[in-house]
Amino acid sequence: MIIANNVSKRFSKLQALNNVSVTCNRGECIALIGPNGSGKTTFIKSILGMVVPDSGFITFNGKNISHDWLYREQIGYMPQIGNYPEQMTIGQLFGMIKDIRKNKSNTNCDEELITAFGLDQLMHKRMRTLSGGTRQKVSAALAFLFNPAVLILDEPTAGLDPVASEILKEKIINEKQKGKLILITSHILSELDGLVTQVIYMQDGSLVFHKTIENLRKDTGEEKLAKAIASVMQKK
Amino acid sequence: MRKKIFISACFFFACIAVSARVIKAGKHQAYPSIQQAIDASVPGDTVWVEAGVYREKNIVIKKSIFLSGDHYPVLDGEHHYEILSVKAPNVTIKGFKLMNSGISSLEDIAGLKIYNVSGVVVDSNILQNTFFGIYVQGGKNCIITNNQLKASSQTEQQSGNGIHCWKCDSMQITGNNISGHRDGIYFEFVTNSIIWRNISTHNIRYGLHFMFSNNDAYITNVFQNNGAGVSVMFTRGVKMFNNRFEDNWGDGAFGLLLKEISDSYVIGNKFIDNTSGIFMEGVSRVQIERNEFKKNGWGMKIQASCMDNKIAENNFLANTFDVGTNGSLVLNSFDGNYWDKYEGYDLNKDNRGDIPYHPVSLFSVIVEKNPPSMMLFRSFMTSLMDKAEKILPSLTPENLKDDFPYMKPLPL
Amino acid sequence: MKKITKYVIADILRNKIVIGYTAFLLVISLSVFNLEDNSTKGLLSLLNIILIIVPLVCIIFSTIYIYNSSEFVELLVSQPLHRRNIWISLFTGLVSSLAFAFFAGVGIPIILYAPSATGMIMLAMGLILSVIFVAIAMLAAVITRDKAKGIGISILLWLYFSLLFDGIVLFLLFQFQDYPLEKAMVVVSAFNPIDLGRILILLKMDISALMGYTGAIFKDFFGTGLGFSISLAILFLWMIIPTWLSLRKFNKKDL
Repeated sequence: MIIANNVSKRFSKLQALNNVSVTCNRGECIALIGPNGSGKTTFIKSILGMVVPDSGFITFNGKNISHDWLYREQIGYMPQIGNYPEQMTIGQLFGMIKDIRKNKSNTNCDEELITAFGLDQLMHKRMRTLSGGTRQKVSAALAFLFNPAVLILDEPTAGLDPVASEILKEKIINEKQKGKLILITSHILSELDGLVTQVIYMQDGSLVFHKTIENLRKDTGEEKLAKAIASVMQKK
Repeated sequence: MRKKIFISACFFFACIAVSARVIKAGKHQAYPSIQQAIDASVPGDTVWVEAGVYREKNIVIKKSIFLSGDHYPVLDGEHHYEILSVKAPNVTIKGFKLMNSGISSLEDIAGLKIYNVSGVVVDSNILQNTFFGIYVQGGKNCIITNNQLKASSQTEQQSGNGIHCWKCDSMQITGNNISGHRDGIYFEFVTNSIIWRNISTHNIRYGLHFMFSNNDAYITNVFQNNGAGVSVMFTRGVKMFNNRFEDNWGDGAFGLLLKEISDSYVIGNKFIDNTSGIFMEGVSRVQIERNEFKKNGWGMKIQASCMDNKIAENNFLANTFDVGTNGSLVLNSFDGNYWDKYEGYDLNKDNRGDIPYHPVSLFSVIVEKNPPSMMLFRSFMTSLMDKAEKILPSLTPENLKDDFPYMKPLPL
Repeated sequence: MKKITKYVIADILRNKIVIGYTAFLLVISLSVFNLEDNSTKGLLSLLNIILIIVPLVCIIFSTIYIYNSSEFVELLVSQPLHRRNIWISLFTGLVSSLAFAFFAGVGIPIILYAPSATGMIMLAMGLILSVIFVAIAMLAAVITRDKAKGIGISILLWLYFSLLFDGIVLFLLFQFQDYPLEKAMVVVSAFNPIDLGRILILLKMDISALMGYTGAIFKDFFGTGLGFSISLAILFLWMIIPTWLSLRKFNKKDL
């Protein structure tokens, strides 16, 4: 569904992405793992078209994304840090995004997370008054709002309380079962257990490996993802 | 016997004088043409002209008669001739309409020309489309009053002056209304004369053009919307009182140009909406007092060649620049005027500002040196420069200042 | 695109700075017209507002606004929207709200107190300068990621257009005063929208005569229908070119 082909990106001195080639398919739930500054977010942003690669290309359903923007209708994106117009209330924000994305194909919105997080009680609050956790809830709710075929979640549980975190995980599992492609980055590897089907490991902008979780377990002999990754890193 | 003859002769002439005849000219009268009527007259007669149109080429008056028109008979010069020529003293011409004189670039053809005689009165005539209007050459004690002169030429070459006086003395030019000529009123070598209550507007060059004419006065005239305003040059002893100089806009236009003038008075005039209210060059010992300078580009432009002039008790209101000058040498006094741009204070409440006012702004100095920089007029930079210059004068002439500026406008 | 514009306008109009700007302009214009004894003098005082304050507020406010709405832009870019539409919407939103603020603050008093040709051209120039300086601000803001740097660039650009440019012109005029520069000045004025706007206003105020020979040349050029159209076209280019450059830059920008 998403194919990245030799994608490279350089921010002045920093090589953020170095010839990254990845194929992601429907029904997969992929963990994007790597140390800080390994290029995970840059890669995600490249897929979203927010970062324009220096070389290489990315296709979405077989179409090059560089001159397309409509493919983003099929993506729900939850950013690492949810920055929103400070003056807006939560209600206005949802209203605006719905307004922008409204078309025939998605008339019914998935507002499950809004109610689950209790955001419907906070609709009148302005964004600037919100805590970091509530912002994350808003981000998550927005990402799932339009039933997208692809979900890209950048550090989804960072800043969420355990209850909300659990709700979100449930939601991700549900969506996975519906056959959607889900891309997650996270530092808390334990959270990804039982969630992901594949692991992409990146370091210094390069792709180190892209394996299914079964293969990873086989190769490392570790059951837990955290330990498996740790053993990979030690081997290096 | 000789005495008797003398007495009877006296009596005879007295009879003639008393029994001055009225000779009538016109289609229905004894003399169909005016010239014939004049030829038939003797000095002292009245030639009465019936209303109508007369095309008699050039009419010459060589006798001291009273030529009177009834309901403005039209004397048509057919674009070719000088219409009336006065060659005798004490002629009075009243109530005619003179039209279409000839136009020439070699001769000064006029509607009415007075040749070296005195005591001529030109009263209440209408002149239309004449080259020169009323032309007085070497006249003395002539009165030109209540005439309407209107021309409609477009270029200076195609038009002459409205009232043109050359080498005259003791003239009275009063109550005339002149427009569309080259110069409204032109004085050259005219002395001891008065120009009073005339209105001179829309002339191609000057409303009043005045040269080498000492000891004249012009009072309560209106000069409006003339090509270049009023020009007074190479003269001493001129009195300019209570005139209005208005709406003379244009490159090189001014309300009043004073050039090489001395010992004169400019008092009680109004200068409104001119590019420069007064432009002075080589002027000395002139008193400029109790005038109003309002809404002019420059209230007054005073060149460094002027000296010993006294500029006092004038109101300077809403001018773009109050005073412009081209040098740093100042030999004139500017004390005791009202300047609406003055920002000083009056602690002792004597209606005089306690700090001097500098009427020359930095930008006006810059523009004087470099005219294209006018392009930066009213830009932020030039306003800042002006403000800075006010605090710390460097380029503007330090001595050009009013040490006792009024706090309130003077009642003029 | 209309939707985004709508949200941008709604957001800006709620902004206290824009409300303050409108109120400031309104207070200044009303007091200018009420204190001066004639409306021409009032217009003259307004001239400085239009030539100095309006560009300053427009450029600084727009730059800051664009930096502050980087999150908003980021949010929108991740949505199925064309980047061009986002940028143009932002531009349209800024332009229409600042132009509205100017119209409410200066335009209405002008229409009430001085509905003359001069008043109208001042109003038009104020609106045009608002647009131009929003466009320049957008270019300044897209060039650098650093907010402080971007605002610095904006202030420098404003300083350049309202002060330094004229300083350079004056310097050149004196350096080359032996040459006939009047015609060149017509061309030079095209390189600064503030100067061009000012000259167009001054010519309508009928003080071209005051400007002497230079004024006559300006009048001959700007006074004719063709010259006026050309200067309007140049002002239009001043709106289009910075916007177009910033758009090109934005299309390739990493967020």
